[in-house]
Amino acid sequence: MVRRFCFILTLLMMVVCRPAFAADEVDSLINQLPHKTLRNITPLLDQIAGHKDEKVRFVLTEILNGDLYYLKSNRQVVSVRKSDSGDYKLTDVLSLSVLTQDGKPSIKKIRTSNRIRSHIRGLLAQIDLTHDSKAVRLAAVQEILENIDEDTVALIKKHQSNEQDSEIKELMATAVALYQLNEGAAKEKIAAVTALKESLQPEVRNAMQVQLNRLAEIEKTELTKDDRALQKALTSAVDSIKQKRKFYEFIENLFFGLSLGSVLLLAAIGLAITFGVMGVINMAHGEMIMLGAYTTYVIQQMFPQWIDYSLFIAIPAAFIVSGSVGILIERGVIRFLKGRPLETLLATFGISLILQQVVRSVFSPLNRTVAAPEWMSGSWQINPIFSLTFNRLYIILFALAVFFALLAFMKRSSLGLHVRAVAQNREMARALSVRSDRVDAITFGLGSGIAGIAGVVLSQLTNVGPNLGQSYIIDSFLVVVFGGVGNLWGTLVAAMSLGTINKFLEPVTGSVLATIIVLVGLVLFIQKRPKGLFPQKGRAAE
Amino acid sequence: MMNKAGSPLLAEDNISPDTRHGVILYVEDVSVSFDGFKALNDLSLYINDGELRCLIGANGAGKTTLMDVITGKTKPDVGNVSFGQQVNLLGMDETEIARAGIGRKFQKPTVFEMLTVFENLELSLKGDKGIWTNLFHKLSGEQKDKIDKILTTVGLKKECYQQAGALSHGQKQWLEIGMLLAAEPRLLLVDEPVAGMTGQETERTAELLTSLAGEHSVVVVEHDMAFVRSIARKVTVLHQGSVLAEGSMSEIQSNPEVVRVYLGEETGA
Amino acid sequence: MMLDKLKKLGSLPVVVGCLFISTLYVAICNLAFPEGSALHVSTYTVTLFGKYLCYALLALAVDLVWGYCGILSLGHGAFFALGGYAMGMYLMRQIGDRGVYGNPELPDFMVFLNWDSLPWYWAGTDSFIWTLFLVLAGPGLLAYIFGSMAFRSRVSGVYLSIMTQAMTYALLLAFFRNEMGFGGNNGLTDFKDILGFSLQSDTTRVVLFAVTATFLALGFALCHFIVNSKMGRVVTAIRDSENRVRFIGYKPEHYKVWIFVVSAMLAGVAGALYVPQVGIINPGEFSPLNSIEIVVWVAIGGRGSLYGAIIGALVVSYAKTRFTAIMPEAWLYALGGLFVLVTLLLPKGLAGFVPQLIEKYKQNKTDKKPQEVQS
Repeated sequence: MVRRFCFILTLLMMVVCRPAFAADEVDSLINQLPHKTLRNITPLLDQIAGHKDEKVRFVLTEILNGDLYYLKSNRQVVSVRKSDSGDYKLTDVLSLSVLTQDGKPSIKKIRTSNRIRSHIRGLLAQIDLTHDSKAVRLAAVQEILENIDEDTVALIKKHQSNEQDSEIKELMATAVALYQLNEGAAKEKIAAVTALKESLQPEVRNAMQVQLNRLAEIEKTELTKDDRALQKALTSAVDSIKQKRKFYEFIENLFFGLSLGSVLLLAAIGLAITFGVMGVINMAHGEMIMLGAYTTYVIQQMFPQWIDYSLFIAIPAAFIVSGSVGILIERGVIRFLKGRPLETLLATFGISLILQQVVRSVFSPLNRTVAAPEWMSGSWQINPIFSLTFNRLYIILFALAVFFALLAFMKRSSLGLHVRAVAQNREMARALSVRSDRVDAITFGLGSGIAGIAGVVLSQLTNVGPNLGQSYIIDSFLVVVFGGVGNLWGTLVAAMSLGTINKFLEPVTGSVLATIIVLVGLVLFIQKRPKGLFPQKGRAAE
Repeated sequence: MMNKAGSPLLAEDNISPDTRHGVILYVEDVSVSFDGFKALNDLSLYINDGELRCLIGANGAGKTTLMDVITGKTKPDVGNVSFGQQVNLLGMDETEIARAGIGRKFQKPTVFEMLTVFENLELSLKGDKGIWTNLFHKLSGEQKDKIDKILTTVGLKKECYQQAGALSHGQKQWLEIGMLLAAEPRLLLVDEPVAGMTGQETERTAELLTSLAGEHSVVVVEHDMAFVRSIARKVTVLHQGSVLAEGSMSEIQSNPEVVRVYLGEETGA
Repeated sequence: MMLDKLKKLGSLPVVVGCLFISTLYVAICNLAFPEGSALHVSTYTVTLFGKYLCYALLALAVDLVWGYCGILSLGHGAFFALGGYAMGMYLMRQIGDRGVYGNPELPDFMVFLNWDSLPWYWAGTDSFIWTLFLVLAGPGLLAYIFGSMAFRSRVSGVYLSIMTQAMTYALLLAFFRNEMGFGGNNGLTDFKDILGFSLQSDTTRVVLFAVTATFLALGFALCHFIVNSKMGRVVTAIRDSENRVRFIGYKPEHYKVWIFVVSAMLAGVAGALYVPQVGIINPGEFSPLNSIEIVVWVAIGGRGSLYGAIIGALVVSYAKTRFTAIMPEAWLYALGGLFVLVTLLLPKGLAGFVPQLIEKYKQNKTDKKPQEVQS
């Protein structure tokens, strides 16, 4: 209902923008509709369809659906909707204004027949095929492809030569070939199969299967030579299409896996710094992620009118919020527990409980929804069976960007040098006048800040709640341990491979079992190689 | 054993006849590398039964790595290590090697800090190291006497019921030696026993180690050349992971090669 | 001679005595005094304290591995829950045809899932003896498999802790699944009888309390015996320096696995005693948070001290009950704060704090005396 209303609204706007004289002409044509009978309506419809006006499409669709009426009193053409409560809603098709009336209005339907309806369908397709917008034309061809027949293929053929866009042209060729495959003689069919071999349209595969089934029903002895050639061509084409589909399915799983891996990477990489570089077990790491997610929520609440840009504010804000909380934790608690990893684990766990409760008290224990900006939604259609959703694509790119920025920071900046120096040999670094206390605080702040950024990303994927971080803490630890403590590249590889393994298992085993299998597998792996995929080497690692 | 004694390898070893009970430790052609760095390079070494041997060498010469290989902490890339003639140490882990009768004192004294001195020695006593026996284990009078004797030997009688963590560095060294004695190993590997000891303590250690030789075989790694001089009958010099020279202290000191790479450095420094 | 022997027993007689007296007190005050009497102890309270005693036994189990062997297990809740599920299965079978669907063979949730027979691992669960075996064998087997893999490959410290947490997390996910045959989300509940006695009756409740107290006393005695044996000293030595232990001829892996298995079994027994008293066991018991709470009891009570673990469990559980009743919001603040404060200020917990105070007091006294002489 709402969608229809929106549609009508857009129509209204378009009508206003049109040059007045053209509109007048169309209006007068439409007004003639009540005067026509079944027998002589077709030419009028053709005339109406000849006009490039958005109103035309609306009227034709209404006739097709049997929703177009006229008032008996003044022959005003209206579109009629019956609401759930049994009331009638009448809309004037010319002005698109809703008419007020009392009781059951006195209206009469503009009658159609099957023949007229199919004629209208053709007219509509024609309108769409000559539309200025590429998307509309593409959709029209796609629709024809789905129920192709003699008339529609004729339409396609008619417009094929005028079409400039290569993508649409290709699709049109597919449609023509598909028709040939369905209806043509054996020789033509073979030609069609050759033309369609590369197509990934689901209709093509179905049609090929139909042909194969038809041939399979014929007795072997009665197959003509052409039939056999066709059979052979079809089998190989179906196989090749199947293979291609499999390939794209694989790529799709890989893509999902990588996007999950990116989330894991973002969640784990902060931990890789605090745990891997400082050797501090921060059980409150998950809560740093959660704080980042809530920061996003708060920023969206503060600037509801700028949802599209809110993420750009939220990322630095989350970094600062989580980072400063991290520094507070380091200065307030962790620095007193140096060299006592198990105690650190317990104390930070206590902190995580407190942070969760703070959020519960401030925001309520219920989940909050963070809106996704417009540019994050939608997808990139690469071919008929394969598309990449933008939000996952952006997340992968963003995670990689964060990773490489961090890597560059650690390798290139002097602060990064200090951090690595302290990580490798605290006493020596201190002797060389590195202020290890400050380095610790900054490192911890950095790790926590990145967790905050991970929270921003997570807020785009799931609801934001006080327990958001908790569900990621074990995964993050496993990623870090799997990759090898103190090795950022290891974290990258581990996150991506865990994500991918999970996504490839999921269709086979279901998501819960997949998680269990991955967990158990990791536990086994850690027992085989306690130092992870890329262990640190040398005596210092002992 | 007689066969081995007559082997050409032993002839090269040049052992004095009176301690000649055969060879207790064979280390043959052993190489260990860490990430391309060769810590041990084709090293061969034989320790005779009842011998007291000193290992010297600059830092990084491979002394500690050699100890690690013998006690099973590090597995060599190639080579052969056997205890006596027939016990292949490479197929055993640390525990099994310790049970077979090789005791080790670490460079950094490691005792069980939360246990008392007495308990430290009790755990080290030779005997069944299984779980169930220890669950119901009671010290026999004989064992108590033995601990008592060791306490006297290492001079920790007074500290008997103190927590080992409260001992001074030197006392910990002594306790660790005591733990070695309690285990009654056939072969003792002693890594820097006198580090952190006073002159008097050093002397006592020297005495103790010399008295142990004969009944046990002892390998001592030490940097303190005065100490080595005072106990050594035979010295092996390691350099860059292999044996550079072997012989009595005076032979070693007059060996020009050794003087150049090791003693020379020391006098230079 | 007598004194020596008493000294060796340490806190054992005190703990056993306290447990005996409280059991006697509860039994008399609940059964002998009528409701409304000033001396009456309500059945609710009996059950509540019975629950605390189960927690105490659980804390004892964790203290045995953490306090004495240095293995910080963040997954002991899993052993507790497994023991609980073993008992829960027996109690489910005891319901018989009194369930909602009235199926004499299958528990309600299996009827609901359209299963037509019991899964193989439910076989024999109608026998109490077999159940007792399962209570020990389930957690013990898991601990043995997990322990021998982890300890043999020398995983230790923080890595081990994280792995134990992952273990209980995996079990949490697994037990949520209906296909596991343990009632999925809802777990096992609606119990009626144990050994033919109604679980609703006061007498049964008091007897359960007494049994729990007895098992706690036995558990305490067992732990006391273990940590004071030579084996216990080996375990302590492993905590101090695992490598050194290896070089004097012990197999630390074997000892660790052994102590881990014993501890897991104790936790399983605690779980089995817990379930008939609270009347439900569900996958929530596997949640990592539960396991960490156990660690807090031990940390607060004082790890490396057996009675400390018991005190910690009782104090924190009691505090939790009070807090959640008065202001539920504050409990997590309090729990979190306890974590931080105890690790920062009381590394040895209450059991270490009190002697420390006494020591200080004594020292002050001796410090003052010479001054007085001087003046």
